[in-house]
Amino acid sequence: MTSAAISSASAAGQPAPAGRADGRIDCDVLVIGGGSTGAGVARDAAMRGFSTVLVERADMATGTTGRFHGLLHSGGRYVVKDPKAAQECIGENIILRRIADDCIEDTGGLFVTTPIDDPGYADRFIQGCKATGIEVQEIGVAEALRREPRLNPRISRALVVPDATVDAWKMVWSCVRSATQYGATVLPYHEVISVIRDGSRVAGAVVRGPGGELRIRAEVVINAAGAWAGKIAAMAGCEVKVRPGKGIMVATNHRLVNTVVNRCEMPADGDILVPIRTVSVIGTTDTLVDDPDDWPISRQEIDEMLTAGENLVPGFRESRTLRVWGGVRPLFQDEGPAETRDVTRAHAVLDHRARDGVEAFLTITGGKFCTYRLMAQDAVDAACGVLGTSRPCRTADEPLPDSGEQKFYRIGSRLAGRERTLHDEQLICECELVRRGALEEAIARRGAASLDDIRRALRLGMGPCQGGFCTYRATGILHQATNLSAAEANRALLEFLQERWKGLHPLLHGDQLRQAWLDDWIFQGVLDVEHLPLAEQERARV
Amino acid sequence: MTDEPAFDFIRDSLDHCVKCTICETACPVANATPLFPGPKYVGPQAERFRTPGSSDDGSLDYCSGCGICSQACPQGVHVAEINSRARATMKQQRRMPLRDHLLSRPSVEGRLATPVAPLANFVLSNRIFRVLAERTLGIHRSAPLPTFAGRTFQRWARRHRPAAAEREVVYFHGCSANYFQPELAEMTVAVLEHNGFRVLVPPQDCCGLPLQSNGIFDTARSYVRRLVGNLAPYARAGNQIVATSTSCGLMLKREAREILGIEDDDLRVVSEQTYDICEFLADLDAAGQLRTDFRAVPMTVTYHAPCQQQGHGIGKPALDLLALIPELKVIELDRACCGIAGTYGIKREKYDIAMKVGQGLFDDITSSAADLSVCDSETCRWQITHATGRPSVHPVEVLHRAYGL
Repeated sequence: MTSAAISSASAAGQPAPAGRADGRIDCDVLVIGGGSTGAGVARDAAMRGFSTVLVERADMATGTTGRFHGLLHSGGRYVVKDPKAAQECIGENIILRRIADDCIEDTGGLFVTTPIDDPGYADRFIQGCKATGIEVQEIGVAEALRREPRLNPRISRALVVPDATVDAWKMVWSCVRSATQYGATVLPYHEVISVIRDGSRVAGAVVRGPGGELRIRAEVVINAAGAWAGKIAAMAGCEVKVRPGKGIMVATNHRLVNTVVNRCEMPADGDILVPIRTVSVIGTTDTLVDDPDDWPISRQEIDEMLTAGENLVPGFRESRTLRVWGGVRPLFQDEGPAETRDVTRAHAVLDHRARDGVEAFLTITGGKFCTYRLMAQDAVDAACGVLGTSRPCRTADEPLPDSGEQKFYRIGSRLAGRERTLHDEQLICECELVRRGALEEAIARRGAASLDDIRRALRLGMGPCQGGFCTYRATGILHQATNLSAAEANRALLEFLQERWKGLHPLLHGDQLRQAWLDDWIFQGVLDVEHLPLAEQERARV
Repeated sequence: MTDEPAFDFIRDSLDHCVKCTICETACPVANATPLFPGPKYVGPQAERFRTPGSSDDGSLDYCSGCGICSQACPQGVHVAEINSRARATMKQQRRMPLRDHLLSRPSVEGRLATPVAPLANFVLSNRIFRVLAERTLGIHRSAPLPTFAGRTFQRWARRHRPAAAEREVVYFHGCSANYFQPELAEMTVAVLEHNGFRVLVPPQDCCGLPLQSNGIFDTARSYVRRLVGNLAPYARAGNQIVATSTSCGLMLKREAREILGIEDDDLRVVSEQTYDICEFLADLDAAGQLRTDFRAVPMTVTYHAPCQQQGHGIGKPALDLLALIPELKVIELDRACCGIAGTYGIKREKYDIAMKVGQGLFDDITSSAADLSVCDSETCRWQITHATGRPSVHPVEVLHRAYGL
């Protein structure tokens, strides 16, 4: 499985920046990378009044950000091992609950001592929580089992912390919306092909997008490419050692728990079970890989996740699993290699003037999703330094669009919303309750030819049938709503099926295998998708 | 939630759903009204969006609980059971109408109305009262309601002196036979005694099924627990238990565990020993132990196997029994549901749906040349008679007549 970029969709819907017609844009701040950090940096910079451009080689939040379990850490995970990271987490947890409630489900979290855990760790955990300012409360095992009846009944201790879950795609797009409201230009599907140097100074980047090449000149360039930050830095002639740390996750068909459940133990593989939207995700692993774009998922890793799930929730192995996927953490190392879990999860802002004698170029790396806002703040503070100005950060106070009313997301909200349109609107994705109107709005908003981009906005095709019943419906609507040719629409269908299949096939068994057969009959048997008319060059791609 | 089994096999069955939609095509309610979004939607799909105590889909209330979806599902999803549980949560979250409480307690009504049955029956059949009841309570003015017999089977049973017999069987008669139709219960005793059984009638109250189907789970649990507590000593002693109310029998066999989530030894042993009366008699016949001294009954009858009877998973033993009766012509009706689904079709907002669900069945009955309509479930018989004007009887009543008892 690789997370290769697909430069298939246009970035229509974005306001055309000044000077774009001649293939040039001038701005104060150029942000490279459209993950949570980049989106946060773009928002922060735009809010401070800098003219800002963000470029991302694929769609927003498709690198590491869109490929994690969805846990908004309380910081509990790091209290013993990495108190600095823990402090950052709880600080940001509190802020994000305030400014991004629409993206967050307030599930709460439990740290439980399972039979394979060191019983003494819980006391160190409590001390660590107190030292780092994380609210913690011990509850009895019976109470823990009442709250989460499927938990391993052999747990010996249970501690409640303010973990939550977060929809990363929604968070990133909320940042993008806010940034563009403040005048930023956000360009997904624009890949950096070179960094512009102006003597010792970095002066921007050349990017290739659907409309050709763009030359973006900037006063300061912020490299927020996460696990790919080393590649971007190298283009500027700098060395940044970011080791991609691969983590895999497995999603179950429905929620087995409604609270985030962590093993009360030093961070290890498969020790978190996260209820995110309609599924539970068990994660994760941590393995160094060489190339953030090319790494495998082995059967053994999947098996380890299932075993880990079984330890937290007996019967986990018998539960239907929907898919497996992985993401690569940006693990920043200044010196020699180490075990990935020993690398600090705190973040770092690198000013390459001091490190490499390269001016106006910053790299923000390390960190975690839940500290993205703080990372952005630190990065833009540093950018202010480069620009010789001082403007205060306001992202901790101003809520994201649709947030700010302390109305956390509820899993039942889509079901409740569906009640209002039950009788007059078609359901396109039955599993995730995606209405026709919601799909049409998303297509209009994104102007995207890629169903996978729509998927991230709506969860289209992310439920039990993994696109078996919605792909053909959505393709027809996409074809109708856009000016795609039949061949292009066919390609969109095939690419979506291919994308779904990537995460399905490594762990197909039991109920999901049965589903895959039915889906296969629909697409091969009834629709004969392998012989859909495609343009010749399209056929070569799929 | 203490009664919920730790590992929830009903919810987990949603994992088997492949979205094939067979349940939706089989659902009689979804086919009759757009108000119900269908069993796949409210079952395995919506369940993924539910957390304990949350209730977001009021349309679920239009599920009649007939259980045909669970029977139709080729993958083994307990669709109806998922829906029943979700409905109970919904009823807890929302204000439950007084009506649902009233309709859920037949034994309370029975005890109150039996001494004043003529008055009660007058009121229940009085047009003005019914219009009033529709407006104030939401009980549809035309819905079929039973009449009180003015006596109870329990009282009859206490006085009844059976002849000596070699075998014993326990009779679970249910509320209907006790308060509304004691003659059915008496015929059942006669049929069993004719076959050499001494019929034991332990004290018994409501099984809690109407409470359960109206989503009042806590009270339903206490009712069924009390009932199985009364029956368990007999079951442990090896006695078989027969039921003439097919839906109440199903409650003991399956639903108390699968819907109410009760896991205890009393229920387990009672479940194992409980038989639908026709199942029991057909088993006897298969073992060569059923008396077949039937007289000719030169009649034509229709037979409708109600959904709750089909929920037993025992086929249609009534047909095997009726086939033993000389000169009786039986027309098997291949319809899924009469619409009433216990108390569903009695409710004002659901009466028309229920009548529409049953329309095919009613048409089959009225267009047939049958003198009688035979059906295992009491509420279905009331509905059939209400809709067709034809008398409807339990299969045991036909056997009783054929035995000449």
